[in-house]
Amino acid sequence: MNKIVAVIGGGVAGLETSIQLEKLGYKVNLYEKDSELGGHAGKWDRLFPNRRHATEVIDSLTSRIKDKVQINLVATVNQIKRENGSFLVEANGKSQKADAIVLTTGFELFPASKKEEYGYGIFDNVITSAELEKMFADHGKPQSTTGKTPEKIAIIHCVGSRDEKVNRPYCSKVCCVTAVKQAIEIKEAIPTAEVYCFYMDLRMFGPGYEDLYKEAQVKGVNFIRGRLSETSEMEGSRVLIKAEDTLSSKPLKMTVDMVVLMVGMSPLPSTEKILKDLELSPNNDGFVQVKDYHLEPTHTKAEGVFVAGACTGPNNITDSVNAAHSAALEVHKYLTSK
Amino acid sequence: MVNFGYTPLPTHIHDMDKASLTLADSISFEDASFNLCIACGSCTATCTAGSFTNFSFRQMCHQIKRGESKQAIAESEKCMLCGKCTLACPRNVNTRNIIRLVRKANQTI
Repeated sequence: MNKIVAVIGGGVAGLETSIQLEKLGYKVNLYEKDSELGGHAGKWDRLFPNRRHATEVIDSLTSRIKDKVQINLVATVNQIKRENGSFLVEANGKSQKADAIVLTTGFELFPASKKEEYGYGIFDNVITSAELEKMFADHGKPQSTTGKTPEKIAIIHCVGSRDEKVNRPYCSKVCCVTAVKQAIEIKEAIPTAEVYCFYMDLRMFGPGYEDLYKEAQVKGVNFIRGRLSETSEMEGSRVLIKAEDTLSSKPLKMTVDMVVLMVGMSPLPSTEKILKDLELSPNNDGFVQVKDYHLEPTHTKAEGVFVAGACTGPNNITDSVNAAHSAALEVHKYLTSK
Repeated sequence: MVNFGYTPLPTHIHDMDKASLTLADSISFEDASFNLCIACGSCTATCTAGSFTNFSFRQMCHQIKRGESKQAIAESEKCMLCGKCTLACPRNVNTRNIIRLVRKANQTI
């Protein structure tokens, strides 16, 4: 059997799909637009709910495809054409044949500067959850721009999620538990720090998530129900935040040393071009439309084109791995019956 | 200067920069279950005293967390320590003990 499958995107879903397809005996061409495999998870420090290092997961995935799969790095797929029942995938001026395609293009983090009233990109000590992860990876604790250790930190949920004002009406699913995880990590790194989470609902849907929330409460993380309205910069690059404390129906203000924005998952703009080539359309939220949400969640309406991971909507790593298994099996069924 | 009797309106905003959280800290130190409230309202819904007065255990905890100690202490007086809320609480907050600690704090303040 020498059928070829093109997997587009080298994050968790793409890596796992490649592993499974290779095991099933297919030749896999994996395309990754960045210079490294691993996607967003590869840039994360530790994972919820058990706080294992992300590198453990990513290294395990990458070591299993090494030398078994054709890996194309810094390879943006520019065009996909159908030709005699198969596909021609063009990246960096080079076209390669593929008998089936799996889209695992993932997502982008919500560009926080679009929520201008939160001050990201304007005030020094307003950062994103991704930047906080990098601080944990680099220094083991958060640091303000002056290099000082912040003593009072506000974590803002739902930035670019559940917000029609920025055209992101859906829930990004993973940010609640990420906020709780990061709040615990801040408390562990700086025991004297005061940490306040501003939430609307806490959506702790997965195994171990509620336990993590309870652990945060035990460690003294404060939870305030209310959405942040705006920030302003105060003396010493501190940040004044305003919200309603909806449990007491009163406005609330507080000056903090650092604001961490829990940015949601947004559709990746470059996926749109690929969808156009394949004559597919995105769903209402802008992610890849699957053929049947309940019964065929890794099929698309286009023949020979399958999909897995967060390009179909907000996903955690477990979701992506499951979808990857499913997609690989569906590709196998498709190519053996062809 | 002539006093026209005008004063600034009292603010109804929670100013967390000025709030004193001494009571919250001492209660959470003595009984860590105080931290576990998820504001579900089971305690208030089941409260016997709450059927006859406007007592709300949930609200009292909230006042403590926002530094409104005086109001919280006054609120705690309405409880008759029957303990139904302790049976109802899904997070196992030791509600009766919290009331006891608030009243004890009142004696020491």
